[in-house]
Amino acid sequence: MAQSDPQPLVIAGRSFHSRLFVGTGKFASTAEMRAAIDGSATEMVTVALRRIDLSRPLEQQDLISAIDRSRIQLLPNTSGARNALEAVQLARLARELGGGNWIKLEVTPEPRYLLPDPVETLAATQELVKDGFVVLPYMHADPILALRLQDAGAATVMPLGSPIGSNQGIRTAESIRIIIEQARVPVVVDAGLGAPSHAAQAMEMGASAVLVNTALAIARDPATIAEAFAWAVLAGRSARLYGDLHSSERMPAAASASSPLTGFLGRPSQDNSGN
Amino acid sequence: MSFLEEFQRWSFPGVQQRIASSNGARVEQALSRSAGQLDADDLIALLSPAADAALEQMARQAQATTRLRFGKTVLLYAPLYLSNICYSQCTYCGFSYGKDIRRLQLSPEQAEVEAGLLHAAGIRHILLLTGEAYRESSINYIGDCVERIARSFASVSVEVYPLKTEDYLSLRWRGLDGLAIYQETYDPRRYAAVHLKGIKARMEYRLECPDRAGEAGMRRIALGALLGLSDAASDVFFTALHARYLMQRFWQTQISISLPRLRPATGVDDVASIGDRDFARFLFALRLFLPDAGLTLSTREPAPLRDELCGIVATQISAGSQTSPGGYSDSGAARQFEIEDRRTVRQVADALAARNLDPVFTDWSPALK
Ligand code: SF4
Repeated sequence: MAQSDPQPLVIAGRSFHSRLFVGTGKFASTAEMRAAIDGSATEMVTVALRRIDLSRPLEQQDLISAIDRSRIQLLPNTSGARNALEAVQLARLARELGGGNWIKLEVTPEPRYLLPDPVETLAATQELVKDGFVVLPYMHADPILALRLQDAGAATVMPLGSPIGSNQGIRTAESIRIIIEQARVPVVVDAGLGAPSHAAQAMEMGASAVLVNTALAIARDPATIAEAFAWAVLAGRSARLYGDLHSSERMPAAASASSPLTGFLGRPSQDNSGN
Repeated sequence: MSFLEEFQRWSFPGVQQRIASSNGARVEQALSRSAGQLDADDLIALLSPAADAALEQMARQAQATTRLRFGKTVLLYAPLYLSNICYSQCTYCGFSYGKDIRRLQLSPEQAEVEAGLLHAAGIRHILLLTGEAYRESSINYIGDCVERIARSFASVSVEVYPLKTEDYLSLRWRGLDGLAIYQETYDPRRYAAVHLKGIKARMEYRLECPDRAGEAGMRRIALGALLGLSDAASDVFFTALHARYLMQRFWQTQISISLPRLRPATGVDDVASIGDRDFARFLFALRLFLPDAGLTLSTREPAPLRDELCGIVATQISAGSQTSPGGYSDSGAARQFEIEDRRTVRQVADALAARNLDPVFTDWSPALK
């Protein structure tokens, strides 16, 4: 499998050597899901709380026991919650049942595009942070909302590239660029990444990590495509560390400019002994 | 959580060493990034002497970024010294405690008269300054001055001794919208060596001061380092980190940076003089690292240099400044430092216009406080 990142990603004090997070919905079987998790070498896996039986301990359930929690951070998510109250209730329930205190907050009141509700997401983040959760909110690519969520104590922000399950890639690039520029917590691009090239693009743009689910779940061979995503994440990350490849404000290195801007500063001094 | 935590992750000599050992390839890599996408290593490269060879390219990128973010405008403001009474002892300062100078503190009424002279010259953004004298220049006194002056100025900032959050809040209520507080140097060793006495000697309390102002919802905060006290490039590096931290934490506040250059003549003799090329490089690097930070040039800098740099990176300049209390009405009190650009506000504005730049006097409304 792909080598790991030289600089681990740190979220709430935990280090991640893989910057590919994986979702567990929509797979044909638990076996395929497990194969995708293995192929991706991920260290963070999100599980929809609505998909598991919240009346008995999580460890006793297939979906959860398929995840090696010694190596992988379990990230329960609140998908299906239509408002802050429902999301907070789900999160608390999951914690009581042994799901830990990390939560991927999803508040998606309309069922078609599953777009996140900014008002309820902010309210739920405030509540859950107060309650001691490590909150990773799913959000629209709205830079001001990202700042508000950070102020509320979110551990990351997770802007969408395009609607969940659309596999359209990053349609919100300019807003994500601003979010990344302003962020003081890791930015994880979530939703809409349909191909490894989309994941690479997110990493080139400076995302800290990406989350992929549908693209793996509906693949003919989830394990292979999961591995391809892992390589793409590393490739994008390396390109990012190397330098900025497409830049709008970048100037041509025009050495032969007609009138230099710095002429008034004189020639460089040969003798730099003053420094 | 304050800047202190981030600051303590770095060492001043460590940064100094990394700046000294950067190279051309690293500079090129930094310049391949878009403005605003640079990391701390990129900044180190651009501050290093190795970047001198790329100065023209840096200037072009910095100019393009400045124009995109600020347009062709330069904000004019003026300082108003309320008092030169000071109980701190800073070896480089003309107001330092124990110096045999004529001390004076304006009454709030006198301050309003002085401000009126600036107002008549067109100034609408004003910076009020005092020394560190809590009894004479009490918070209440500062508040009285702010309140009077805020009636006729669009924006009132102060540069006074470090205050508590609640004191900034109380001044905000009286019409204050900005704070200037310069760390002077981020080198702990030099900081201790030049700040001998008074509250200013408490480096960490000062470092956290912009955090407290941000918590009080200050609309603008100005940071700065007095170049020459320690290794200048390293001080610029820390100033930039500080600014970036504040921009991220207090994202509703405008952050600006000033890099006054210390002159060897002003009382400290072990000061390295910073050449114009180095000074310009620092400003270009700051612009590429922080595309949205205001960059301020003081009247310590000579007029031709100020004009040139306004054409590339600077976004605000003081004009027609006097650096003594009562200076605008000729009180005869001692000045904090000598100014180089002695032009009137009108002359400065005309020089900017001649360079196809718009001299802006008001970009704020008291209604927004
Ligand atoms: S720099 Fe400020 S605190 Fe220090 S002596 Fe001068 S006026 Fe006083």
